[in-house]
Amino acid sequence: MSDETKSQEIIICRDVHKWFDSFHVLKGINLTVRKSEVVVVFGPSGSGKSTFIRCINRLEEHQRGQIIVDGVELTNDIRNIETIRQEVGMVFQSFNLFPHLTAIQNITLAPFWVRRTPREQSSELAMQLLTRVGIPEQADKYPGQLSGGQQQRVAIARALAMQPRIMLFDEPTSALDPEMIKEVLDVMVELARSGMTIVAVTHEMGFARAVANRMIFFDRGEIVEQGTPDQIFNHPQNDRTKLFLSQILRH
Amino acid sequence: MAAIDLRPPRLTVGPLAWVRKNLFSTWYNTALTLGVSWLLYSSLKSAALWSQTEARWGVIEANLTLFMIGQYPREELWRIWLVIYLLAALVGLAWGTWRNAARGFAVMALGAGAAFALICFALNWEAWINWLIADAILLIFFLIGNFLPYASRVTVVGWLLYFPAIFLLVAGSRHIAALPPVEMSAWSGLLLTLLLTIVGNLGSLPLGILLALGRQSKLPIVRYFSIGYIELIRGVPLVTVLYMADILLPLFLPVDVRPDRVIRAMVGFILFEAAYQAENVRGGLQSIHRGQYEAAHALGLSGALTTALIVLPQALRAVVPALFNSFISLFKDTSLVAIIGLFDLLRIARSVIAQPEWLGTHREVYLFAFLIYWGFNLAFTYGNRRVEQALGVGKR
Repeated sequence: MSDETKSQEIIICRDVHKWFDSFHVLKGINLTVRKSEVVVVFGPSGSGKSTFIRCINRLEEHQRGQIIVDGVELTNDIRNIETIRQEVGMVFQSFNLFPHLTAIQNITLAPFWVRRTPREQSSELAMQLLTRVGIPEQADKYPGQLSGGQQQRVAIARALAMQPRIMLFDEPTSALDPEMIKEVLDVMVELARSGMTIVAVTHEMGFARAVANRMIFFDRGEIVEQGTPDQIFNHPQNDRTKLFLSQILRH
Repeated sequence: MAAIDLRPPRLTVGPLAWVRKNLFSTWYNTALTLGVSWLLYSSLKSAALWSQTEARWGVIEANLTLFMIGQYPREELWRIWLVIYLLAALVGLAWGTWRNAARGFAVMALGAGAAFALICFALNWEAWINWLIADAILLIFFLIGNFLPYASRVTVVGWLLYFPAIFLLVAGSRHIAALPPVEMSAWSGLLLTLLLTIVGNLGSLPLGILLALGRQSKLPIVRYFSIGYIELIRGVPLVTVLYMADILLPLFLPVDVRPDRVIRAMVGFILFEAAYQAENVRGGLQSIHRGQYEAAHALGLSGALTTALIVLPQALRAVVPALFNSFISLFKDTSLVAIIGLFDLLRIARSVIAQPEWLGTHREVYLFAFLIYWGFNLAFTYGNRRVEQALGVGKR
């Protein structure tokens, strides 16, 4: 492997294990993600896919193996973790906006307090991001006054405000009404095309087909199969992959 | 087809219709209304009769200053007025700066000032002029607040400085010639009651927040200390805490440091109330969803920033009613300081009754004390409601 490709590797997971009490959730995950790659992780519920991407910014701790993000290994060193978290944006299934702050305050909070960006500059950036996700007119509303789709778009803008090098999406559209899923996916597609490195847990197969470079099928704490969307959709090798795809694509 | 433009039905009801609908709708409703009216009439009639004929309201008039400031030296009375004038100025400033948010309070304060002025004038007391001055100051500062640059900041700083200023004005200092120190043993009456309430509440809330956070800490020493403290204090009556503060506090301090009894009582209140506020705040902390911590951490916020910017603002907002509940409890509990020999409003009331010329005026005096407590609590309740409205409790 040349140095060129090596420096492109932004997330490296080697033999990652995790247990919840005695339940073995992750059973030796090996995965390398390169810069600007869009990786879609899918699989049955309880397969450990959410736990896995939550390990990448250490919302969950892995108990064996190695995770290296942007050249920094995740250990118990709290300063390392905070640095990594600034480089890794995350979008949650349940949005998790701060309900006591307006949309724009949600976005400017971290740049101001963590990056020490001056107030005017961070407000300007926030407005740019709100325009990018299509809701500049909602800047001064509280999350409770926004629809689910708008909340999730504010959440994406909030994560982007830290100018992360990687974005993690944990089932970003699962809590949304059908007509709002599209507005969130449109933002994600635009983000993927702009060259952002993305790891997304989602069952939105349209999204995967449109922008994913690689799809990873998770089952029972293991990576069962991975490949390009074409390989996965048209020539799946593993029986479990075939069964799962037939279940979610049937209708 | 054009859409039908329907308005909601109007539900305006005249007073007569309201009375018929709510008081006389059925035969038993009518009977209840009449029965209750008769009961009210017969009980209030004798009370009204007593207050007009037998009652000796002179006891209030003669001892009003005593009720208000107790043994506080009369030649230093101007300091108390200054405290009131400063309050008027700050209320006016807040009104001018924040308009609607502070208008209710300002109007209430104006009304109270005017009412006191009127009462004093009717009774031929000089104090009416002081109350008019207070109202005038309020209005002047309302105007100033309208034009002042950085009005919001000035107002906040003013309020923050106000509470230490009260203490300085009332206590005086050896270093300021115009403000000779006043013995704390002279602090009494309503003045003492209010000072204990203010200091107790302002001191106990931060301590309570720290204890609540400590109780959730991952560090075992901090956690067990917090749990131990809260459970110990909650396990004993306030009276014992006051005794402890009065008797034991001096033992823990160097020999030459002898805090006055008033200070010891304040410490006792702070220590006691903090345990309850800690549990109130903990209730709020538990209401914060795990996703809030995760979102904050995912943005790279440190633990301290997450607590200060995300968790505490939401937790405190969720428990505003409980916090005010404790404020009010403490206000009324101040009457217990009588047992360690301090003269709060209620203790002063008892000493007034004991005056030979006013023997047998229990009813008048206690009714008066009751009205004062109740009046202040009405203001607290109103404050509670305003704070909830301003923070949108239960809405956002």
